[in-house]
Amino acid sequence: MVMGVKAGRLVAVLLMGAALVACQKKEEGPAAAAAGETVKVGVLHSLSGTMAISEVTVKNSTQMAIDEINAAGGVMGKKIEAIVEDGASDPSIFAQKAAKLTDGDKVVTVFGGWTSASRKAMLPVFEKAKNLLWYPVQFEGNECSPNIMYSGAQPNQQMLPALAWAKEKGFKTYFLVGSDYVFPRTANLIARKHIEGGGMKVVGEEYQALGGTEFSGVIAKIKAAKPEFVLNTLNGDSNVAFFKQMAAAGLTPDKVPIMSLSIAEEEALSMGPALVKGSYASWNYFETLDSPENAKFIEAYRAKFGADKVTSDPMVHGYVDVYIWKAAVEKAKSFDPAAVRAAAVTLESIPTPLGAVKFMANNSLVQTGYIGQLDAAGKFKVIWTSPAPIEPEPYDPVTFPGKTCTIS
Amino acid sequence: MDPTFLLGQVFNGLSVGSIYILAALGLALSFGLMRVINMAHGEIVMLGGYIAFLTIKLVPGPLGIPAAIVAALIGGGLLGALLETTLVSRLADRPLDTLLATWGVSLIVQQAARDLFGATGVSVTAPAWLDGAINVGPLSLPLARLFILLVAALALGGLAVLLKTSRIGLLVRAANQDRATASAMGVSVRQVDMFVFALGSGVAGVAGVVLALLGPVTPTAGQSYIVTAFLVVILGGLGSIVGSAIAALMIGIVSAMAQVFVDASFAQVVTLVFVIIFLQFRPQGVIAVRSRALDD
Repeated sequence: MVMGVKAGRLVAVLLMGAALVACQKKEEGPAAAAAGETVKVGVLHSLSGTMAISEVTVKNSTQMAIDEINAAGGVMGKKIEAIVEDGASDPSIFAQKAAKLTDGDKVVTVFGGWTSASRKAMLPVFEKAKNLLWYPVQFEGNECSPNIMYSGAQPNQQMLPALAWAKEKGFKTYFLVGSDYVFPRTANLIARKHIEGGGMKVVGEEYQALGGTEFSGVIAKIKAAKPEFVLNTLNGDSNVAFFKQMAAAGLTPDKVPIMSLSIAEEEALSMGPALVKGSYASWNYFETLDSPENAKFIEAYRAKFGADKVTSDPMVHGYVDVYIWKAAVEKAKSFDPAAVRAAAVTLESIPTPLGAVKFMANNSLVQTGYIGQLDAAGKFKVIWTSPAPIEPEPYDPVTFPGKTCTIS
Repeated sequence: MDPTFLLGQVFNGLSVGSIYILAALGLALSFGLMRVINMAHGEIVMLGGYIAFLTIKLVPGPLGIPAAIVAALIGGGLLGALLETTLVSRLADRPLDTLLATWGVSLIVQQAARDLFGATGVSVTAPAWLDGAINVGPLSLPLARLFILLVAALALGGLAVLLKTSRIGLLVRAANQDRATASAMGVSVRQVDMFVFALGSGVAGVAGVVLALLGPVTPTAGQSYIVTAFLVVILGGLGSIVGSAIAALMIGIVSAMAQVFVDASFAQVVTLVFVIIFLQFRPQGVIAVRSRALDD
């Protein structure tokens, strides 16, 4: 027993020593994680809840890019170890999990987020931890953080091309429908300025709670206002209810043109293509884009996740983000988030499934805008392409005059 | 104001109310008789949607939805009976524990649905005979919504007939009025409890089928209706079937009328404020139930 107590003390002393070493390591910050054979990165998406329909696919493509890079030798000789967390469609859980990844797991960077609410919740976590989030989804702009790489479209790369196309087609009256949170509210604020500034009219603006499924009142207002064009910024499962109830009320996409900003290939397929056939979408990627990079991406994705799987804009942004992060790490010769960010915004254009893209100093991506129309099989036919890649504008000059995004 | 739009909103309010009736009836039944707050009720609604999805795969064509309603009534009822015998009856004297335990069940069922059917949800397409709308004057009334009104009316009527005229209805009313005496007279209140719970769950399953006609079928589909269903039960007067039906229609109409002035999202705020004010002046709800079960 005496021996036992002594041995116990010895173990305790050793443990304390180990704890001290661990504490010291903590002080070194995110770069410490890169010290071993592997480098840890976080992947943070909703794998459950109302947003899972969309976010699981981005998690998959991000994982695929990581696996591809690991198979080709990793980044600066280190294998990437992805730590996957579930944000559960809840902004506060996104914030908790982001803190867990940056402070607990000491990841060098995180790929993730979909809704703007989740990004807004994660932003202070990344700024405090001086870490870097790669955000793959189109959003409302009006935000500028040195700790977030905004690869998804700014409003002038998705919303404004959609409106420019609608104006070109001669639509005069617009009805705005959205989920009640920051993206649709801000996007519609910008849309309204540009619609009215262009001599056209907004005949209605309606919001339903995120995840809401009752649209009878909204549809009654659409019927009364008789718009020539509906701009839809509903998110997640609400779209299924909206299109089902529009169809039941006789307002199918062939009678009232609908442009959706949150319906890509995956959503169209799970909603049932018959329901959304003929509706429009504005993105920076469609599965039907014709390029060798895209063909290669689709082939790899289907080989990994199943021949019936589709690819979409946010997925490709999630995939491309990992490769740009890798290129930036190799240029900076460091995993330090600040050095990686500085290197990322000075990289040359690289060919991707999106086309040639590069980050600008405002942490956003230069990319091409496309308009597509859904056919009966759930595929988008590309009917309009921006004449050149569009430079991102985080602050719309018409809606937010005088604000600029400068990150030094 | 456009009279067509106003009239349309009255119809929409009734339609929304009819959905709330179906979602809340089961809760009103089990609370009235057993004082059990069943947090897993929304998940039975959700499973009703998946039962519709599976039935329509087996029975494609025009008979799919009627078959699904029968399947969901039976399936929901069996699930309710299972939940009652394995869990609720064992916690009969501990209402707060029932609340927590059924909440746990709801999380388990949600995750099970996610693992079985996938997180992305499935789509149920309305059969051709529910497509389109009937034009009444300037109003165009979607057939799917008229059908749901009919189902809600049938469910209410069926329940009334069952409780007023059948032998099992007599036993239910006896147990509801005075459990101890009914038990002393030879009524097996245990069996009555299980029957009522199963019946309520069966109606919840039917609610899931009709919801699938209007919205998505996802593992979390039940959650968006469960809060309103509780609101309906409280506003209706705890445990009163007629009170709950009136309360459901009231909530539907108030939210539809609020949308004449504000947007759909803000209309929910208006509806909640209405419920709070109503309960301030009439805390016992629309219809006050006199039941020994509720006295103590």
